[in-house]
Amino acid sequence: MELRRSMLFIPGNSPGMLQNGGVFGADAVILDLEDAVAPNEKDAARILVAHALNNVDYGASEKVVRINPLDTFGHEDIKAIVPCEPGALMVPKVQTAEDIKKVVELVAAAERTGQKAVKIVALLETPQGIHEAYNIAKADQRVVALALGAEDYTAALGAKRTKEGTEIFTVRSMIVNAASAAGIQSIDTPFTDANDEEGLLQDTIVAKQFGFKGKMAINPRQVDVIHGVYNPSDTDIEWAQQVIEALRKAEAEGSGVASLNGKMVDAPIVSRAHNIIFLAQLLGLRKEIE
Amino acid sequence: MKNAIGREIPESIPGYQTPILFAGAFNTKPGMNRQAPCVKAIRPSETKLTDSLEAVFKKIPITDGMTLSFHHHFRNGDGVVNMVLAVAAKLGLKNLKVALSSVFPVHAPLVDHMKNGVVTALDTNYMSGPVAQAISRGVLEKPVVLRTHGGRARAIECGQLKIDVAFIAAPAADDYGNINGVQGPTACGSLGYAIPDAEYADNVVAVTDYLVEYPLTPVSIPQTRVDYVVKVDCIGDPKGIVSGTTRITKDPVGLKIAETAANVIKAAGLIKEGFSFQTGAGGASLATAHFVRKMMEKENISGSFALGGITGYMVEMLEKGLFKKLMDVQGFDLEAIRSIAANPNHMEISANFYASPFNNGCAVNKLDAVILGATEIDTDFNVNVVTGSDGVIMGGSGGHADAAAGAKVTIVVANLLRGRLPIIVEQVLTATTPGETIDVLVTERGVAVNPRRPELRDKLLAAGITVKDIKELKSIAESIAGAPDKLVTGQRVVAIVEYRDGTVIDVVRQLED
Amino acid sequence: MSSLIKTAQAGTLESGDIMITIAPATTEGGVLLDLDSIVLAQYGTAIRKTILDIISELGVTDIYIKAVDRGALDCTIKARTLTALGRAGVVCEGELL
Repeated sequence: MELRRSMLFIPGNSPGMLQNGGVFGADAVILDLEDAVAPNEKDAARILVAHALNNVDYGASEKVVRINPLDTFGHEDIKAIVPCEPGALMVPKVQTAEDIKKVVELVAAAERTGQKAVKIVALLETPQGIHEAYNIAKADQRVVALALGAEDYTAALGAKRTKEGTEIFTVRSMIVNAASAAGIQSIDTPFTDANDEEGLLQDTIVAKQFGFKGKMAINPRQVDVIHGVYNPSDTDIEWAQQVIEALRKAEAEGSGVASLNGKMVDAPIVSRAHNIIFLAQLLGLRKEIE
Repeated sequence: MKNAIGREIPESIPGYQTPILFAGAFNTKPGMNRQAPCVKAIRPSETKLTDSLEAVFKKIPITDGMTLSFHHHFRNGDGVVNMVLAVAAKLGLKNLKVALSSVFPVHAPLVDHMKNGVVTALDTNYMSGPVAQAISRGVLEKPVVLRTHGGRARAIECGQLKIDVAFIAAPAADDYGNINGVQGPTACGSLGYAIPDAEYADNVVAVTDYLVEYPLTPVSIPQTRVDYVVKVDCIGDPKGIVSGTTRITKDPVGLKIAETAANVIKAAGLIKEGFSFQTGAGGASLATAHFVRKMMEKENISGSFALGGITGYMVEMLEKGLFKKLMDVQGFDLEAIRSIAANPNHMEISANFYASPFNNGCAVNKLDAVILGATEIDTDFNVNVVTGSDGVIMGGSGGHADAAAGAKVTIVVANLLRGRLPIIVEQVLTATTPGETIDVLVTERGVAVNPRRPELRDKLLAAGITVKDIKELKSIAESIAGAPDKLVTGQRVVAIVEYRDGTVIDVVRQLED
Repeated sequence: MSSLIKTAQAGTLESGDIMITIAPATTEGGVLLDLDSIVLAQYGTAIRKTILDIISELGVTDIYIKAVDRGALDCTIKARTLTALGRAGVVCEGELL
């Protein structure tokens, strides 16, 4: 499974930012044709992003393009962007599984033969979309993640958006659960104050606690903070290594039950330990891990 | 003739002495005695206060062909250079040499004085704006001598830059010639660059708009070296002299570079008790200080000193105990001025003390790390900070080559691409700072270590920093931007770039139309 | 062909971008490219070639182009030129890529 700890928005009509999008080490860059682009510049941004996809080296970052909704410029976006082989499209304001199916049809039609299938990240930012989260997640196998857009969602509710995020407590749970039930990832809403590093840190810790697999970022400076939260700590890694060691010992002794510090090592613990080791190896955090 | 870094230097350059070739950063030794200005005496009843600049010109007297010196602490707010040269022009003087430590856009009237033959030679460490453009187009017959801040102090002290009259823009002075930079409406803080001029010029004139009762305290330049004091209405525009506050850049690419540079300093093992540091006031340089500070705070480390041009950010670090001292040759903002006036641990130092290679030790030698910029760097790590991409002069070494030579670890921070232009080239257009004194290049797309420093490379690798060959970084840049065409220059030399020891490291040639 | 060209513009004067303005050809006809760039010495030839190649591939023979470059990469120059041509009615949307 791809890492999507951080998904960094890059405005789609800004050549200077598009050309540098790959240097910040985000797991994914989201080249944005929607909110970051004025209606009369949609054509320019679409062509620019298409050329950026074909020419700019985004390094290890997954290339995601946020298209416009189908009722505005979405059709043109898909036609122009899909052949340039983005890793995924982020589809905004998804309300129902039907929305995804329409997008998938257009994407399939736009794909060139032999092209790697373009994945879909569904951005849920309306009460209906949240309500339909599970169905959306299951709508097509191209859907790899549900992402929460809290600004539009709270606006629709008429709730005040706060840094503490009490107003999105429930939707966070719903999205994480729906995504998990469908076996895909969940990505948390961005923290919109780029100057508040401490606020971002706290908000990301909360997101991780909820079970989100990553967080969107609206400024490159946010990427390292987000990774700092999502990367396993030295203590995590040591603990995971001890769990694996305890398992081995139990197997060697022919015992069916492993224990660590007097506690039984059961399946959920093993699974968590494996995840930590997997992530640590992927990120090169510990060289001595086998 | 080729010098030690392979730059082609003409055997003779009209209007310049026989060039001594750059032979390596520490290979040219001094062989002279110090400059000795004439000894003077003054009777108890004599007064130094003079009615006007014109009267000073007549009393000295200033004659054709003399060298007049000025300092640049007022930067783009300076009023004194233009005022003095207007008097020279009015009096019909010709063939003057202006030795101004840095030239700014405000000095545009100098171009007319050059065209009219009032000024026929220029000696400086940095220039930007209309004067630099006019020089690049060949307005002067004699090539400009471009020095480093330490090199200028050395040239003055060693008698190679002989000053007939030093004009000191004095934020505060008394009628007997004591001067400081920390009082009055045009306070600029340290007067470091003016100190060698005052020390070694034959005549010293204090020009002030803030005359105080004798004796002025504190004293930066003492009465014992000052011949005349002139009170004028206004010596400069405070808005051009200092900025309100110096802020850390918000440019994400600049911040990424700065953070990497801070990691390099840490990997080099320098973030420890007694750490000493110099960095510039702009972009990624100052931002590096921010990341270094975070590391120092986290590890509870107190550094020994920060050096060079001082900003409010450094003052804050001093006040928080992150550095024990500041050594200040020039203040950049109001905070720096407030601090140097009040805090005994914030020292004013002269250009000589700061960076001259020919004395018994200058402050840059005690630096652990310095962060520097570059407009170009070549695959041999030679740096250009003199000419821009169009070949026009737009800067100068200032303290660049001095700090690079002195510091244990010299780090150049730069965007791999500036707009479309790759920062790394096969050969820099103008070499300012020799590659042997540059240790690390940090860009947003990777770090390169000078092959002369394998042990440093190992340290960075051990700390998990990815190190690339500088040639690899160059080809990354060119794969993004395309390989640039070479700029074509003519043969005529418009400026000599002197290394800090007085040898010729390069020349700037006039562009063909 | 040239009579069908509307005056149109694409791109900005921000660093890393290029502003392309397209207008009907002058009375003498032909392709006229007026280029101003901060990297003229290093990339002037390359920028001209990028723009003129697009024009000739599209078979346009009479056109006036003003390009003010702020250090744009080749892919940006192509994108902005195509956008301007699209807006000028020289090419339709589908042909832009």
